[in-house]
Amino acid sequence: MASVQHAEGDRRDFLFLATGAAAAVGGAAVVWPFISQLAPDAATVAAGAPVELDLSSIAAGAQIKILWRGKPYFVRNRTEAEIKAAQDVDISTLRDPETDAHRVKEGHAKWLITAANCTHLGCVPLGNQGDYGGWFCPCHGSHFDTSGRIRKGPAPKNLPVPQYTFVSETRIRITGAAAA
Amino acid sequence: MKRFSLVLAAAGLIGLSAAMPAAKAAEQLNPPRYGWSFAGMFGMYDRAQLQRGFQVYKEVCASCHSVSLLSFRNLSQPGGPEIPAAQVAQIAADWQHKVREIGDDGQPAERAPRASDRIPGPFANIKAAEAANGGKAPPDLTLMPKARSYERGFPWFIIDMFTLYQEHGADYVKAFLTGYEQGHETPPGTHYNKYFPGNFVGMPNMLQPDQVTYSDGTPQTVQQYAADVTAFLMWAAEPHMEQRKRIGFQVLLFLLVFAGLTYFTKKKVWKDVHA
Amino acid sequence: MQGHSHYVPKTGIGKWFDARLPLPRLVYDSFIAYPVPKNLNYFWTFGGILSVMLVAQIITGVVLAMHYTAHVDLAFNSIEKIMRDVNYGWMIRYLHANGASMFFVAVYVHMLRGLYYGSYKAPREILWILGVIIYLLMMATAFMGYVLPWGQMSLWGAVVITNLFSAIPVVGPTIVEFLWGGYSVDNPTLNRFFSLHYLLPFMIAGVVALHVWALHVTGQNNPTGVEVKDIKKDTVPFTPYATIKDAFGIICFFILFAWFAFFQPNYLGHAVNYVPGDPLVTPAHIVPEWYFLPFYAILRAITFDINLIVFVIPSKLGGVLAMFAAIAVLAFLPWLDTSKVKSTAYRPLHKQFFWAFVVVCVMLGWLGSKPAEYPYTVLSLIFTGLYFAYFLLVLPLLGLFETPKALPASIADAVLEQERKKGGAPVTAGANAAPQTKG
Repeated sequence: MASVQHAEGDRRDFLFLATGAAAAVGGAAVVWPFISQLAPDAATVAAGAPVELDLSSIAAGAQIKILWRGKPYFVRNRTEAEIKAAQDVDISTLRDPETDAHRVKEGHAKWLITAANCTHLGCVPLGNQGDYGGWFCPCHGSHFDTSGRIRKGPAPKNLPVPQYTFVSETRIRITGAAAA
Repeated sequence: MKRFSLVLAAAGLIGLSAAMPAAKAAEQLNPPRYGWSFAGMFGMYDRAQLQRGFQVYKEVCASCHSVSLLSFRNLSQPGGPEIPAAQVAQIAADWQHKVREIGDDGQPAERAPRASDRIPGPFANIKAAEAANGGKAPPDLTLMPKARSYERGFPWFIIDMFTLYQEHGADYVKAFLTGYEQGHETPPGTHYNKYFPGNFVGMPNMLQPDQVTYSDGTPQTVQQYAADVTAFLMWAAEPHMEQRKRIGFQVLLFLLVFAGLTYFTKKKVWKDVHA
Repeated sequence: MQGHSHYVPKTGIGKWFDARLPLPRLVYDSFIAYPVPKNLNYFWTFGGILSVMLVAQIITGVVLAMHYTAHVDLAFNSIEKIMRDVNYGWMIRYLHANGASMFFVAVYVHMLRGLYYGSYKAPREILWILGVIIYLLMMATAFMGYVLPWGQMSLWGAVVITNLFSAIPVVGPTIVEFLWGGYSVDNPTLNRFFSLHYLLPFMIAGVVALHVWALHVTGQNNPTGVEVKDIKKDTVPFTPYATIKDAFGIICFFILFAWFAFFQPNYLGHAVNYVPGDPLVTPAHIVPEWYFLPFYAILRAITFDINLIVFVIPSKLGGVLAMFAAIAVLAFLPWLDTSKVKSTAYRPLHKQFFWAFVVVCVMLGWLGSKPAEYPYTVLSLIFTGLYFAYFLLVLPLLGLFETPKALPASIADAVLEQERKKGGAPVTAGANAAPQTKG
């Protein structure tokens, strides 16, 4: 008698547990699509995937501007003189102190990749201009050096460097925006 | 007493903090306060001034700037320049820029605007505007006096709430138009304007005396042109201001009477409670 | 308050209806016979003002949604179409935009009234916490609403606020992409904000119903903080007494509302929001609406990493935590305040600290409108410290050290006392009240 009751209890516990588990699984399965729809959709993901860029067509001293994830970026092939000018700066004199080596990839010092919005009010600075031979922002007169660092004018920060890697000597892969 | 000293301390802090930006702000020149017919609780637009302002826009500004939110028909609506509808139709037909459409052959086509059309601007699109102006498109002017302002700082921002000084934008636009100065060293392609934030602006000084011929005998000075075109743009930005103030005044009157009635009803209802 | 209903249906239909759905009974018990303390001052009309403002915002909002287009390329111009071409569109939009500000004016008065008169203390803790939830929902609604015109401040405000969530360790960036529905604030973001901006007010209305329910269970607090002892002597029925008084308060508030909506409709906004949103151009100063400024100041006050030895809180996360803590601390107020006396009218020391706290909030608001640079960052940090000190130091300790004034024996006594004072009769303060000791 007692054992029968016990077995019945077991069966009931199991039923409760199984029903509860089924409800939980079902609930989670229903909720998931509603969470998932918030994520970037396939078109957005495709458009925002990391981009690869062939650098071989950019001559020494030239720069190009590319648009990625709705934001412009500069890719500049720096001359020896420009690299030297960037490296010779005493960083303690800078408003936003950063060494040139910190802003380029090791072994690829001639390639400077930065976001192309002035850190003051977001205008797009003009290349190879200004007092420091880097960029000059026509909106409010910020001067950037050949490392994209702010040297004169109202901008508070250097032009930010996005996340990228070299996949080969002449190819980069931009993977993410500059860390905010 | 303690409370009083607290308030004093707070006032001191506010005063101290208000004084700090004053030293910094020296580089940024605030526009002067001009008198405007549309200022204050009962201020309305001056029709003749709006008409002159439209003339200045048409003859000077329209070669570079659009007023894309404005239609020709708006020029004859109540509370605006109130140019007669027939005249507006003629202005539309003669307009210097055409309405850009896709023709029946699928190719871009142009036609003369009608009164019901938005006023066409000088450029087909933003890229064309940028390409023609050294990379920076001239901004649309429809909302300009509402889209510009300047900080008056403490305590003015509180006083302005009661005195209804709302013409920061108009003051800035007029000051900007008359704020060009010669003899400053400027970066290439820019011009010195003492009221423009940062001072170097791509737009050159556009207003010269006697440049626009007024038919109503109003003095043809730069100050007058600037005031007129600013008033016109203020109307373009806030075309229903006159209706707004008129209704607002009626609403206030009604609410005051209603509040009075309610107050005395309340007093009567509560009389026995306090007795 | 509770107790059985005195509703007696007068007609046959009334009886028939009452037996099936006692809705008239609910209305009668809640808004007609409901007893309110007879000594309530005009600060108690702000609950009614807030209810009316919520309804006003929902009505104007539903109408605006009939003309608004939630798309990054069209939103700005659809608002301008409302302003220019829709009949009375300018009025409805200005009422809605300024109504949001007025809603916050009223809610801040309502909250400070609760703070001053100790309305959060037992037995009204749940009532207070529901209020904090309403306030949070209001903030979310207001923030999303400000994004909808898609002006420069709309866009960049959304960028700054959504970026706050990237400060969460590990999962932060993923959460932000889920909020955006992309890699930046863009069309999917605008669309979901519009959807939620439409939904949240109805959730607010739901929580308001709970808030009012809780209020009608505990009954209202009053300026003395002494609970109702004798319904006959201490209270008056809601109708007509509170209804007419609330009506007067609401109409006076509408005068203020009309002053802004009709005569300076853009005073509380930002000029730069009349420039269409442009992801390539950042405005000079990104500033939230005035009602968020104190929290914005707290957010930006933490400009340094906090080293807790075991781990380091980066400055950005620190700011975000401080900001959310500044709101969350309100929910713990009923247990942080150790004083048994409710009304600050009888707490001479707390009165000083209360007004100091108000000044601190105003100063934080002012600092929130300033650029994030010296000396504002330092001042922000100081006032952030003072803000938290009020809740975490002053309120817990004050209850232990403060000697309150004598409380009146009952609400009726307090009213009589006041009448006597007005009449110039000799004052016999607390004649029939036991002097209070500490606590």
